[in-house]
Amino acid sequence: MKIKGADIIVETLIEQGCKTVFGYPGGAVLDIYDSLYRNKDRIDHVLAAHEQGATHAADGYARVTGDVGVVIATSGPGATNTVTGIATAYLDSVPMVVITGNVAMSLLGRDSFQEVDIFGVTMSITKHNFIVKNVEDLAPTIREAFSIAKSGRPGPVLIDVPKNIQKAIAEYIPERFTSVLKGEKPDSTSIKNAANMINSAERPVIYCGGGVSISNAGKYVMDLSKKINAPVACSMMGLASIPASFEMNLGMSGMHGSFACNKIIDNADLIIAIGARFSDRATGNKEAYKRHAKVLHIDIDPSEINKNINTDASVIGDTKQILKALLPKVTARCNEDWVKTIKDYNANESNLYKKEYAFDAKDIIDTVQKHTDENTVIATDVGQHQMWVAQYYKFEKPHTFLSSGGLGTMGYGMGAAIGGCIANNRQRTVLFTGDGSFGMNLNEVATAVKQNIPLTIVIMNNGVLGMVRQWQTIFYDKRYAQTTLDRQTDFVKLADAFGAKGFRVFNKEELDKALTEAFEISGPTIIDCILDKDEQVLPMIPPNGTIDDIMLR
Amino acid sequence: MKKDQFILSVLVSNIFSVLNRVSGLFARRGFNIDSLSVGETDDPKFSRMTIVATGDDYVKNQIVQQLRKLHDIQSVVLLDENSSVLREHVLIKLNYSNKKDIDAFVESFKANAVFSTKDTIIIEIVDDQSVVENFIENAKKFGILEMCRAGALALAK
Repeated sequence: MKIKGADIIVETLIEQGCKTVFGYPGGAVLDIYDSLYRNKDRIDHVLAAHEQGATHAADGYARVTGDVGVVIATSGPGATNTVTGIATAYLDSVPMVVITGNVAMSLLGRDSFQEVDIFGVTMSITKHNFIVKNVEDLAPTIREAFSIAKSGRPGPVLIDVPKNIQKAIAEYIPERFTSVLKGEKPDSTSIKNAANMINSAERPVIYCGGGVSISNAGKYVMDLSKKINAPVACSMMGLASIPASFEMNLGMSGMHGSFACNKIIDNADLIIAIGARFSDRATGNKEAYKRHAKVLHIDIDPSEINKNINTDASVIGDTKQILKALLPKVTARCNEDWVKTIKDYNANESNLYKKEYAFDAKDIIDTVQKHTDENTVIATDVGQHQMWVAQYYKFEKPHTFLSSGGLGTMGYGMGAAIGGCIANNRQRTVLFTGDGSFGMNLNEVATAVKQNIPLTIVIMNNGVLGMVRQWQTIFYDKRYAQTTLDRQTDFVKLADAFGAKGFRVFNKEELDKALTEAFEISGPTIIDCILDKDEQVLPMIPPNGTIDDIMLR
Repeated sequence: MKKDQFILSVLVSNIFSVLNRVSGLFARRGFNIDSLSVGETDDPKFSRMTIVATGDDYVKNQIVQQLRKLHDIQSVVLLDENSSVLREHVLIKLNYSNKKDIDAFVESFKANAVFSTKDTIIIEIVDDQSVVENFIENAKKFGILEMCRAGALALAK
């Protein structure tokens, strides 16, 4: 059938399995929005307050479902507003397709109204991007974009569509959506090498990254862990990919990982990294990180091998496929001494810290956790609260933890929580945020209210930009440059103004009561938790430091 | 070849944004390009880039792996200096007042006098890197008015 370019876009999105798009209309996407209007019984559109929020929402949606998140934004400022959201998705390998309108081709390159070269702007923060200059290319390009976004190591893809292409008519032939390959088949020699390396290790530790949850390989990581009695340390992106209740799960490693976890990595003689990329936040000093250990690196992206850490062996491919092939070649074993060392460190962990504040971050997270269940999607923003959630919240299921790991995007949480909630059948969702991060994209509360989603926003409000302040305390002799907010924002009244329900709490009992009430409300709720501004995220290994530099108090 | 210099032969889709993607990748990852030349192959769907870059084994490996991730790139091959042919191309314009010596100079390098007037001469040389560098060095004494140098081209033997 011959249809308009804009209709081809919508038809191809539907054909590719897209049920919900996030976006914001504008002059250069009027035709696409007209098509969405005419097809509203076939595809949902969630209107955000800002294109950045829409992009984070599509990201949250993608992290929960594993499907491609889709964003539509207009040209110029609409397109540039998606940039932070795209970069966030790129750094965390989230599959996303962003469709931007642009001015008509006759106006391109003339600094026309709302014209930006978004193709050029996003080249370095997308897995790939396109500008479509021929309406016949539109459907194939969108199909290819979905395939690129999902295949191998996932990532965002941008398609810029000038307005005349949206209006042009072309033949559209529907195609069935075909699933894409996750990666090439693992090479049997590398598998054999990996197995030999594991079989000759005395004190193995598994370092589990975001790739494990992307490929749903958590079960196989646990199988490996049980078979060789290796504990599992997680990068922040790897949290939730295996249950917190799994006996050998050490939780987060790295800068704010537990003493036990970092000590065990330091004591290991083999680090089996699975779907992880050895970010500086996860390793600290790169030389010291593997001073006692060899590294076996399993990842789908060959460019990660030897990028941040020199590896002794590697296997390239989908982590689940690799683990399936590897497990039968690994000998079951148990080094009793190693198991005992792990148990001792773990048992001692809680003795290392003392409670300093009557109402602290752990109280908040523990109290929230009493009200949630294992299926609750938890989103965070970025900063101290994010690290506290990573440290204390017990994630049991993959795809329930939405957090900006690689880019560290303050303002990520509101959009991500909305997208995540919609993806999770609009079930109860919790956003942990700070007063700083929340301030960045709180306009999206309007979106949550309009969507009437059961989103509970827990603000860990200490009146300061806590993480930056913590660094100022430790490394800048308490010169608190611009981190004391001194704002007069009343988040309870703000909730009211947006049409949400607000609470303010000063202790555990009040929080518990507020949560009970909030979780009965079908729409968004905001709980403003007042914390001491001096509480720090501990332990902390200073940047480029080692376990010997760890600060426990 | 200079120390740590290496040659990449990169087959890419012949579309408008590829050069941008490749040069952008080098720029944002902080890799240096010594020279880059690109042109359509016998199949108009593809272009071949010859890139000469400098870097240690870490940089070399990262460049190859990161290039391979670019969607429009078909293949990336590291060419070994000994098992490939590398050619550089230079045009050089000299003051032609010293006609006799310049003619002898052109002859000694088996270079090619492409165009001349009574005052100036444009000489072309195509050869490997060291000969070309030596040629430029020797041309300096005649007074180089202008020169331009193309990126190296290379093919595996």
